Amino acid sequence: MTTTQAPLLEIKNVSKYFGSVIALQDVSAFVRAGEVTCLLGDNGAGKSTLIKVLSGVHKPSEGEYFFEGKRMDFNSPRDALEFGIATVYQDLAMIPLMSVWRNFFLGTEPQKGWGPLRRFDVDFAKETTRQEMAKMGIDIRDPDQPVGTLSGGERQSVAIARAVYFGARVLILDEPTAALGVKQAGTVLKYIVQAKNRGIGVIFITHNPHHAYPVGDHFVILRRGQVYGDFTKEEIPLEQLIQMMAGGADLEALQHELEMAIAQGGPDGETAEDLGTVAEGFAQEFDQDQPSGGE
Amino acid sequence: MTTETAPAQGAPPPVDERVRKVSLVSRLLGRPELGAVIAAVIVWVFFAIVAADNNFVSMPTTAAIFNRAAPLGILALGVTLLMIAGEFDLSIGSVVGFTGMAIMVMVTPADAGGMGWGLWLALGVTLILAVLVGLFNGVLVQWTKLPSFIITLGGLFIFRGLAIAIPRMMTNRTQLGNLDQVAGFDFFDKLFGTRISIGGANFDIAILWWFALTALFTYMLLRTRYGNWIFGAGGDANAARNTGVPVNRVKIVLFVGTAIVALLVALIQAIQFNSSDSLRGTLKELEAITAAVVGGTLLTGGYGSVVGALFGALIFAMVQQGIIITGVDGDWFRVFVGGVLVIAVIFNNAIRARATRR
Repeated sequence: MTTTQAPLLEIKNVSKYFGSVIALQDVSAFVRAGEVTCLLGDNGAGKSTLIKVLSGVHKPSEGEYFFEGKRMDFNSPRDALEFGIATVYQDLAMIPLMSVWRNFFLGTEPQKGWGPLRRFDVDFAKETTRQEMAKMGIDIRDPDQPVGTLSGGERQSVAIARAVYFGARVLILDEPTAALGVKQAGTVLKYIVQAKNRGIGVIFITHNPHHAYPVGDHFVILRRGQVYGDFTKEEIPLEQLIQMMAGGADLEALQHELEMAIAQGGPDGETAEDLGTVAEGFAQEFDQDQPSGGE
Repeated sequence: MTTETAPAQGAPPPVDERVRKVSLVSRLLGRPELGAVIAAVIVWVFFAIVAADNNFVSMPTTAAIFNRAAPLGILALGVTLLMIAGEFDLSIGSVVGFTGMAIMVMVTPADAGGMGWGLWLALGVTLILAVLVGLFNGVLVQWTKLPSFIITLGGLFIFRGLAIAIPRMMTNRTQLGNLDQVAGFDFFDKLFGTRISIGGANFDIAILWWFALTALFTYMLLRTRYGNWIFGAGGDANAARNTGVPVNRVKIVLFVGTAIVALLVALIQAIQFNSSDSLRGTLKELEAITAAVVGGTLLTGGYGSVVGALFGALIFAMVQQGIIITGVDGDWFRVFVGGVLVIAVIFNNAIRARATRR
């Protein structure tokens, strides 16, 4: 699965500071064409900042950004987009009251005709929307249907199909499965694989290792603005990924601490009992996560 | 939720069948102007029955309705596009008075306190003024990020005040007439003041302008890139910006367009009445918004129809004319219009809910 071709997009030792706050420190990651790199991290790990650096919103304070081996210096997301680095944000940049085809081409409407008769090529837009969605395996019943009537998964797929159609070579997906139910998340994961199979480099940002593992080729785990681990799929089983994500060592320490507190038995017996329940709860939750994986 | 997507994941062949399943009726129900068309028919039938003895169904009454509706309809065009783009313009009625008085002050002879210019020059300068008014509203709204409701509410007072204060200061009057004495009047009179006689009733040529502009604006809204941007800007300005729509430019251009439309109405009425009045256009901003909303345009933007606004203006004029000829006390006119507004909006909402659920 993993090829040894050169990375399509790569960041090396990137740091980002906001005043005295260190949002990212010394982060390196890459994605190859036709591969999925997953950026995993809990809340506050620096995922959002990293997305903004990758998509061209923020310039890194230190470190380098390479695209096809050339050093890049993007001033805006538009610059990045020109190189085919497209970002699908959580809010999707889609307008619920507008039809699917109007949304699909919003901002880059195909035109035909000359001079004052230059007009939006509506037939082309409708047909293309239907075709592109079909390529992703989605049967759009009616391109005139407002986007607001689509399900969350379908909406996400319109956004992905749009980015792919407009020449995305790298697709940055910001938590595309976060707000979705199990089945819909599965649908979106399918589109991620579709995009990958079409030779696009996908950067998939998520906090859910169960979503990341089936589709990912590389896993970069962020914690507190730093790279906590960087693995290929062969190097890491799902259980370990989950453990690293959840901060397994920290959890174990916490559990231990709680047990100590119970053993000592505080001045108030009730509190100690409560703590015991909490510790058990943690342990159970942790155990439940473990066996659900497998390769 | 999950069951909804299940059919979409099935075998792909029945694509076309499903598209055809959407019947003509439900396609029509998806149109924003449908409510206004139905309401127009109902109001017309109502007066045709109630005012049967007063010749409601006759050429003169029809002409009177359309003549009344035309200026309001033209104003509503600008308001509708702006509203679809998510903005309001409450100053438009005052701008009608302001630009009308600007023209008249410029053409009034110098010995009467005016400037004594020809109509061409006066119009050119007033056009620049209208553009400045639009820029004032548009740029201020974008720059302050305040709701356009507030900014243009200020504009409502400012431009009405100017329309009264400046003419009074210069000519000591708030009504200026004798436009037909001015050089260049004949040309514009032909263009905007002609009356066309059909079946013994006089129809203003303004009606043709109204229809032509409605067609042009509809085309622009539905079939050009700029139209798509208008929907996008009103639907979700942030999302539209993210896809590269120059939202601020779109909105500022529409504010300017609305002010120019107000100038057009001011010119038409100045020619028709051979005069301008500082108070002309009072309350027209609310009537134009009513026409737009009755026509199916969403107050919060992102959805609407120019053709709907045409029917909205028509309903407004039908109610007005119907009440006049029925001999009902004119005091009741506003009650009736308000009722129609509320009913039409409830009806439109129900239709839209249906359309988006299909």
